Amino acid sequence: MTDVSLTSVTFYILSFCIIAGGIFTVSSRNLFHSAVFLVFTLFSVAGMFVMLNAYLLAAIQVLIYVGAVAMLMIFGVMLTTQLTNVRLRHVNEQAWPALAVCGFFLAFIVYGLWDTPFQVVKADAPVNTSHALGTLLMTKYVLPFEVVSLLLLAALVGAVVIAKKD
Amino acid sequence: MAGQTAIGLNHYLMLSGILFTIGMFGVLTRRNAIAVLMSTELMFNAANIALVAFSRFVTPAALTGQMIAMFIIVVAAAEATVALAIVLLIYRSFKGINVDRINFMKW
Repeated sequence: MTDVSLTSVTFYILSFCIIAGGIFTVSSRNLFHSAVFLVFTLFSVAGMFVMLNAYLLAAIQVLIYVGAVAMLMIFGVMLTTQLTNVRLRHVNEQAWPALAVCGFFLAFIVYGLWDTPFQVVKADAPVNTSHALGTLLMTKYVLPFEVVSLLLLAALVGAVVIAKKD
Repeated sequence: MAGQTAIGLNHYLMLSGILFTIGMFGVLTRRNAIAVLMSTELMFNAANIALVAFSRFVTPAALTGQMIAMFIIVVAAAEATVALAIVLLIYRSFKGINVDRINFMKW
């Protein structure tokens, strides 16, 4: 019983971290603060993956998102934005209509999820998911794996070509 | 435990919907292009939470959702790289990256 309540408490703490970090990411005036809150949110999502027994994905999340993507964002912020003038307007003139649209969207999602019966399987979570994921990656999903490696190569070359000074 | 947790699939899906909505609000309203990119990353993460939750609660043995989430992370990294390159290019030619000023492709 204490285990169940511990799971609940961890879930709500992580959810609070994710939602608060997300709200501060989209609403912070200083773009660097946005990036730091984005890192916080991504770490909390990694914690959520641990709660869902996806340990390999949590490690990948920390390595790629927090290590690479967020650092890329911070580089972009440093290279393009003057952070001293944070008194500029940071949202466009569609903020209130967008808020209404997002509210309707969220209400729609909550209404749809409220009593949808999902076919939940009462099973223990698999323990050693990394081994199974590696096997799947080399057998069943080998074609998407190769395609995604080609996509990464194309993105690498494309980014160099686009950002090159000519 | 054996699947008797009080936190079920709907909790995770609700969290994913809230995070997706926050990201959508950021995409719709922020003026800075990099802030729009960050909001896109939030939406990617919301989708990943939903996929991993489905993988945990609906098909715990097949691991399909975790595999798709892994590919989504790779594609998001590629997308962020190319988008940052485009943002740097726009900054060089327009001296600013506020997306409401960059409308030369609008008819």
